[in-house]
Amino acid sequence: MPTKSYDGVDVSVDEQGFFTDPSQWREPMASEIAAEEGVGELTDRHWQVIKFMRHEYEEKGSGPSVRALGKTSGVSIKELYQLFPKGPAKLAAKIAGIPKPRGCI
Amino acid sequence: MPDAIEKVSIIVSKGSLEGVYPGLIMANGARAEGIEANLFFTFFGLDVIHKERHDHIKLATVGNPGLHFATLLGGLPGVSSVMTTYMARKMEKLDIPPIPEFVEMIADTGAALYACKASVDLFGLDKGDFIPQVCDIITVGEFYEKAAGGEIIFT
Repeated sequence: MPTKSYDGVDVSVDEQGFFTDPSQWREPMASEIAAEEGVGELTDRHWQVIKFMRHEYEEKGSGPSVRALGKTSGVSIKELYQLFPKGPAKLAAKIAGIPKPRGCI
Repeated sequence: MPDAIEKVSIIVSKGSLEGVYPGLIMANGARAEGIEANLFFTFFGLDVIHKERHDHIKLATVGNPGLHFATLLGGLPGVSSVMTTYMARKMEKLDIPPIPEFVEMIADTGAALYACKASVDLFGLDKGDFIPQVCDIITVGEFYEKAAGGEIIFT
């Protein structure tokens, strides 16, 4: 299994770079992952989404779909795509250190 | 590894529930993966962006062998509506939005929505008949220009 080093710690990831063990994730790792994904500086709005992703994952065992994010994270779908242009659910999951959400919607 | 898909242009030509959802799901899914997406509505697919019709798109219960029940039964009054409501309930449980909400959501993802000029002329429609998310009414030639460099998907 591939590993990556963020914030000076080795973590296990899958072939696409998603954390396979979300408990290895720490907040300071987020900005490094975001930079790798071309997301740029993380703002409070990014963090609102990232924290929501973590929360949903801890509650339900998987990350939410974009539709669910738009309805319940407090960030609209339009803004989600401005914050994470290359796919909000996918990128926010990667930055939040949780597996890639597998929904089709 | 083969090159990733960077752009898709999806044509929606059908006006039935089962004819419409696949194209919408593919467009939304493309945006969710960071893929650029254009949607081109033509012929009866125009109902999807028609202000008064997009909330009344029904499952085809006649001439649809996939449903596995008698065509005669499918043609009875109200059967199409009942089956459409049944499908809508099942889809809501799976987090699949109703068509009007889905189209608005897809526009919010940054996908571009276009109406086909030939069909708009054929049905005597104009821009005012469509939801405001529709970017433009374009010709087939303009569609190919917008689709350049990407994949075209016909549904």
